[in-house]
Amino acid sequence: MNRRMRLCLVALGGAGLAALFTAAFLRLPAFGGDRHPYGDRAVRAALHRHTANTIASVNFDLRAFDTLGETSILFASVLGCVVLLRQARDEHRARPEPADVAPPVRRYALLVLPVAVLTGLYVVAHGQLSPGGGFQGGVVTATALHLLYLGADYHALERVRPLGAYEAGDALAVSAYVVTGLAAVLAGTAFLANTLLPYGTFNTLSSGGTVPLLNAAVGMEVACAVVVLLARFLDQAVEIEEDSGK
Amino acid sequence: MIAVALLLVAASATAAVATRDPARQALVLSVLGVVLAVLFTTLQAPDVGLSQLAVGAALTPLLLLLTVRKVRRRPRREEDPR
Repeated sequence: MNRRMRLCLVALGGAGLAALFTAAFLRLPAFGGDRHPYGDRAVRAALHRHTANTIASVNFDLRAFDTLGETSILFASVLGCVVLLRQARDEHRARPEPADVAPPVRRYALLVLPVAVLTGLYVVAHGQLSPGGGFQGGVVTATALHLLYLGADYHALERVRPLGAYEAGDALAVSAYVVTGLAAVLAGTAFLANTLLPYGTFNTLSSGGTVPLLNAAVGMEVACAVVVLLARFLDQAVEIEEDSGK
Repeated sequence: MIAVALLLVAASATAAVATRDPARQALVLSVLGVVLAVLFTTLQAPDVGLSQLAVGAALTPLLLLLTVRKVRRRPRREEDPR
């Protein structure tokens, strides 16, 4: 395939995409309006199931199957990273020297660390009530743990981070999501249908049926996945060295 | 408000493309993440804004910086042909 052919192919695909995009956008509701057919239906369904945060209701109830797909994508990509970034045969581990940390940095990092972890856990726990949820809170919690690397050093981080436990937690959380879905099947409804648990009182932590459970499972999965991912990258950046002489 | 946020996004995105040094690019990318989060919040999508803040402003630049460090640390002999 020569250059001309490739250009023609790109132009063809681009033109098709542009045409379809324009056609799709012409049918969209106007920007900034207060009525939206899908939004109205989603809000009604969320209120019916006592879930205060409509986004959480869409993610973990109406479209729970989509979220299962996204969770599996994250799981598979982290698995791929773990496989790719493992220690190769011509590499060895070198213990990193403890680095000097400027006192203000250390003070600030250690001060913010508990606040950040707590914020992350709060965002996970209140996913069905306020903006946020498992994904956002999980990322915040996992990145907050790495303030320890900034404030203290790599050793301290490794001590609070038994990697095997996080890898197991990642897999466990994905399984918990699937098991919650299968429980609905056992109860005689569809996979991941939100009919198993009582909907509870509106705007309390336990409202929304299975939404809080799935939310917590995703939170745990994302937190563990990000910790494992960052650990592999940190290993590569700090610890693993290529053997220089052969 | 939306126009200001959009302009900021356009400016920082252009800056991210114009920066050539990968380490600096990661920092500019982090700024872009924060500005995008502001844009999403003004468009009344705080959920998306929050994920953008966590992933775009913290996680992606961190992974990029770690990767840059790993690549730079590699001994120079990689350059000679095998």
